[in-house]
Amino acid sequence: MSQPINFHPVESFKERGRSVVNDPAQRKNFRSAMDFLQGKRRAQFPERQELEGLRDLASAIRRYSLAQLPTLLEQLERNLTANGIQVHWAENAEDANAIALDIARRVQARKIIKGKSMVSEEVDFNHRMQEAGIEALESDMGEYIVQLAGEAPSHIIMPAIHKTKQQIAQLFSEKVPGVPYSEDVDTLIQVGRQVLRRKFAEADIGLSGVNFAVAETGSLCLVENEGNGRMCTTVPKVHIAITGIEKVVAKLEHVPPLYSVLTRSATGQAVTTYFNIITRPRQPGEKDGPEEVHLILLDNGRTQAYADAQLRATLQCIRCGACMNHCPVYARIGGHAYGTTYPGPIGAIISPHLRGLDQTYPLAFASTLCGACTEVCPVRIPITELLVRLRNEAQARPDSEDATLRGSGAGRTKLATAVWRGWSLVYSRLGLYRMTSWSMSRGRALSPIDQGAWTRSRTPLVPAPKRLRDLLRKRRK
Amino acid sequence: MELDAAGRSYPAKPSDVYLYATCLVDQFAPEAGLDAVRLLEREGITVHFPEGQTCCGQPAYSSGYPDEARAVARSQLDLFPEPWPVVVPSGSCGAMMRHHYPKLFEDDMVLGPQVRALAERVFELTEFLVHVLHFAHPDRGEQCTVALHTSCHARREMGCHETSSALLDSLDQVDVTEQARVEECCGFGGTFSIRFPEISEAIVSDKVESLRACGAQKVVSADCGCLFNILGRAAKLDQQAGRASPSLEGEHIASFLWRRTSEAPR
Amino acid sequence: MRARERILGRLRATALPHPPEPPEVASWYAGRQRNETRPQQIERLRSALEAARAEVHDARDAAWPAIVKGLAEAKGVRRLLAGSGSPDAARLAQALPAGIELVCFDRPIDDWRDELFDTIDAGLSRAKGAIAETGSLILWPDAHEPRTVSLVPPIHFVLVDVGTLHPDFHTAMQAGRWAENLPTNALLVSGPSKTADIQQTLAYGAHGPRELIVLLIDEEGAGK
Repeated sequence: MSQPINFHPVESFKERGRSVVNDPAQRKNFRSAMDFLQGKRRAQFPERQELEGLRDLASAIRRYSLAQLPTLLEQLERNLTANGIQVHWAENAEDANAIALDIARRVQARKIIKGKSMVSEEVDFNHRMQEAGIEALESDMGEYIVQLAGEAPSHIIMPAIHKTKQQIAQLFSEKVPGVPYSEDVDTLIQVGRQVLRRKFAEADIGLSGVNFAVAETGSLCLVENEGNGRMCTTVPKVHIAITGIEKVVAKLEHVPPLYSVLTRSATGQAVTTYFNIITRPRQPGEKDGPEEVHLILLDNGRTQAYADAQLRATLQCIRCGACMNHCPVYARIGGHAYGTTYPGPIGAIISPHLRGLDQTYPLAFASTLCGACTEVCPVRIPITELLVRLRNEAQARPDSEDATLRGSGAGRTKLATAVWRGWSLVYSRLGLYRMTSWSMSRGRALSPIDQGAWTRSRTPLVPAPKRLRDLLRKRRK
Repeated sequence: MELDAAGRSYPAKPSDVYLYATCLVDQFAPEAGLDAVRLLEREGITVHFPEGQTCCGQPAYSSGYPDEARAVARSQLDLFPEPWPVVVPSGSCGAMMRHHYPKLFEDDMVLGPQVRALAERVFELTEFLVHVLHFAHPDRGEQCTVALHTSCHARREMGCHETSSALLDSLDQVDVTEQARVEECCGFGGTFSIRFPEISEAIVSDKVESLRACGAQKVVSADCGCLFNILGRAAKLDQQAGRASPSLEGEHIASFLWRRTSEAPR
Repeated sequence: MRARERILGRLRATALPHPPEPPEVASWYAGRQRNETRPQQIERLRSALEAARAEVHDARDAAWPAIVKGLAEAKGVRRLLAGSGSPDAARLAQALPAGIELVCFDRPIDDWRDELFDTIDAGLSRAKGAIAETGSLILWPDAHEPRTVSLVPPIHFVLVDVGTLHPDFHTAMQAGRWAENLPTNALLVSGPSKTADIQQTLAYGAHGPRELIVLLIDEEGAGK
């Protein structure tokens, strides 16, 4: 359980991708999982018009919220505080963990039970608590499995999507005392249920994420199927919610369309089992619920995305994961290869703000720009455009005005710059192009058999004996 | 004027068009370009091939070199002085000119308006054949089964999967079968295939497999990039397996249409 | 400067001067109303709940205690939890046989946490309303009917008056003026607890109730 932080240096991205690509069993797992999730989503949107209308609405809601983000955050804070929920602001991961630790020490907590929260993954919450001598245990079944395996989630909605039931059976039989090997999914889930049920009852603090924070009412909304989110936010005496600053919406009535488009896009469900709206800590006379509720609002680079009119759209994200479910690259390499908390297309566009472009720029290139992500995004984030923008930033001259992000220019190399300058010269000067293409056609017999990465997987590209312009000229004569 | 599903408006049949053949067609698939000319001329249209054409600039644009892309795009802007439609036998290059040129020159006070006006009259070949020329010609070929692969840009930026499939559907002797995951990318992605060869190979191998498995005699596509990627991969697999005859054949849709509907079938 | 001021300062420095027009949520929902009759709505609710593997039973108001009793017996329930001081609990107490103990939630959870987790077989609560479109029950826990009644016991019985049905979530929220009177915790429950975290295989009874048993109380028999 003591893996280092879920982040790997940028250089090893290719290697990690390769290791999955070359593993037929993993390839097959991902393929069938992606097919399953794509099919489920498709079935939820039988009518194109309804889908596009809902995407328009959801996108408008998110853009409206972001346009007034500072005002809404203040309103949220005011209303939460009036409701008795304590609000904390964190600029980065260290801040967020320090706030949680302060609370934990004050209430002398030894055990924290966690609902699913990608933001807590982002700040490496579990390991920071562990270092401070506090147990932080995941209770979402998928998260529990990956924590037991000493791994990180490979998908933001289905954390253990990379694992087969055989692997989980093996894991449980090794790590959970007294559990025999069984591949029966119901049996495995019941093992998780039994282990974690005790933990809910024993925990001093419940930690959760937030799907939507409603400024108007000062409420925190959570979406889930298992009931562990409700357990974490209801049973322990203290509830700490942690979320990115972008998750706020202006009005309660903005929630139903976002909730609908979220569950349908994510797992192809019309609705989840539970939708949980938390507005206060336990009130006098009430017999359960936490006595203290805290909200930690995390920046961690989000204000950088916010500052740029184009990149701001990144913050529209409601974390449904549809972009990764439809990404041909994610389907081949899985989430771990990305080496970031958020994998797939959304990971490629959000991670540069969280970690710096210098640490993450290869992810922006790890896309065919096929646009499948953009096509399914429920809040219409122009993901492919943002990927291209990040490519520009990665290769901008660090001292130029095009370099606007932390780590801009980190992907710039002299060789690549020279190659593209040369390319640009040839294709923008007709004389040069004519000469080059003519000699390629004339010298086609000399075309190299080894064309590097291209011929590693394909037969060589050979120019035609006559170019189209030659054929047309001949035809006109 | 006709409107398609995406709300794009189409002109009446013009007397003249420009053909923007793209660098791949000019150098590697000139027959496809020639067949596109033939298809257009048969409708009584005069086809002009601006000699100054080189490349639309997309490779640099999508690789994160906007200045280099702009320089190449700039060199193409003045090739189309008459108000004729510009027909492009590639959804990918068509999308570059139609959707990305205006962004590249967004802040250019002088060229911006010119670029936007040009973008408005850029048409991918199949959409032009369907919506402007109302393509309808008897199928003179033998019965065959084909699969259609539509490039991602043609599908998602130009909406041309429908026009390609309408053209194939108009041929009586052609059965169109659908490969599994028909909407998925072939893994080419321009420089992606060079930067991430293993991932690209994994994607294109799956595409080859689904095309081989769907019962089609050949794959037809309106984009040369995808075709070279898919057929090149299939041929490499054939080599490695020691197969003498190709396990997957393919053709640009312009050639396929011309061959099947021209007076003297080739 | 504190983190709060720094974060808000950065956001303020780059916020757009004019926010866009507010999204038209109400008109979007108005435009997609099915205008169904009550019986149609009940059928929509029922089929959505059943699709989510909830058990749905029709009942006249006078009859539900007997139905709950029968189901509880059949499912081997020995301790059944209900809110304290609610008329529902009192009526159920009359109906339950000697073998089934009715436990009233009359103390803070802190006083009997282990007992709640380890010994209670079922809980009974009353929904504030329901949403036909998605088969969702609206729970509005309060001092009498705590949140864990619908969460911790493995079986959850819910009474739903069909008169409280709304066509969709937005309509329910607007009709009940939720924005002005949200309770400590409001909930939508749309089936038994479930997960598909192991190889996308659906399994029920993850952490919440394994069984959700809905009693549709319909005095006019409109659902029949």
